[in-house]
Amino acid sequence: MRFKSRTPTAVYEGDFTPMIDMTFQLIAFFALLLNFSQVEQNERIQLPSSELAKPNESPLDYPITLQLTREGNVIIGGQEIPPAALRPYLIKEKQLLQSQGRPVADATVIIRAHKDAVAGIVQELIDRCQREGLERFALRAKEDVKQ
Amino acid sequence: MKFRHTTSSGDDKVELQMTPMIDIVFQLLSFFIMTFRIGAQEGDFNVKMPVLAPAAGAASEIALPPIKIRLRADAAGRLTSVQFNDREMPVAGAMRLLREEIIGLIGDDRGPGSIQETAEVELDCDFQLRYEHVIDAVTAVSGYLDREGNIIKLVEKIKFAPPRTGAPASSS
Repeated sequence: MRFKSRTPTAVYEGDFTPMIDMTFQLIAFFALLLNFSQVEQNERIQLPSSELAKPNESPLDYPITLQLTREGNVIIGGQEIPPAALRPYLIKEKQLLQSQGRPVADATVIIRAHKDAVAGIVQELIDRCQREGLERFALRAKEDVKQ
Repeated sequence: MKFRHTTSSGDDKVELQMTPMIDIVFQLLSFFIMTFRIGAQEGDFNVKMPVLAPAAGAASEIALPPIKIRLRADAAGRLTSVQFNDREMPVAGAMRLLREEIIGLIGDDRGPGSIQETAEVELDCDFQLRYEHVIDAVTAVSGYLDREGNIIKLVEKIKFAPPRTGAPASSS
């Protein structure tokens, strides 16, 4: 009886190059689209939409972001507080500005209020900021793509 | 001199370990995919509101009186009435009418020192009015998009009338 001689088992290696190429392209795509300006955003705040809301051409000089929830609380620096407790935070921002030798009026208060928030509380926020010497405000809205 | 012994075939294959790199690459990819959000762009309406007491000056004497827009709301915050300089407007299509009034007021007068530049709108809103209606009104007076999608600016100076009382008990 004759036996076949055993040949060594062949190792089949897949070619990974196209897959890695594609994966790197995908990573580059997502990395470029990663928007760091969304850091100040909060999922709970649904902004009102406006056809005129276009992104700023240049970043604001000294932004202070106040987010107003539907329930009427303010989110500042990751903390949720009632509007009445806003003053210490504004004073801290003022001191920061003054330590940099800049006038308080240089700061811009960005108001990101929920679309169903009460207009009176938005005005109350503006009023509280005015009392601390802040006078530039930016009412934020999302771009209305439907119109 | 001693030479290193080579194998009979002479073609040693150095294999790169691809597994850790592919692991990392896939982790990065999954991170980016999970954090990716197709969100609408955001923009700002700039409102300059100086400190409580307005400074008196020659400029304010020659400036036009502010265009007053009164927005009334029901208890649920829905818009119930719009007034343009004490003139009542129908709520349906009020923002379009408001824009037309502003366009009629400003006309083609643009550029430095023009009505478009000096005109000021004062929004007087009910306390419980929903903020989205405020933004609708701000949009209507701020400008509009032409057919090419360019923004045609109208009034740039917008301010709020002193807050009205009548706050609901829960929000005080």
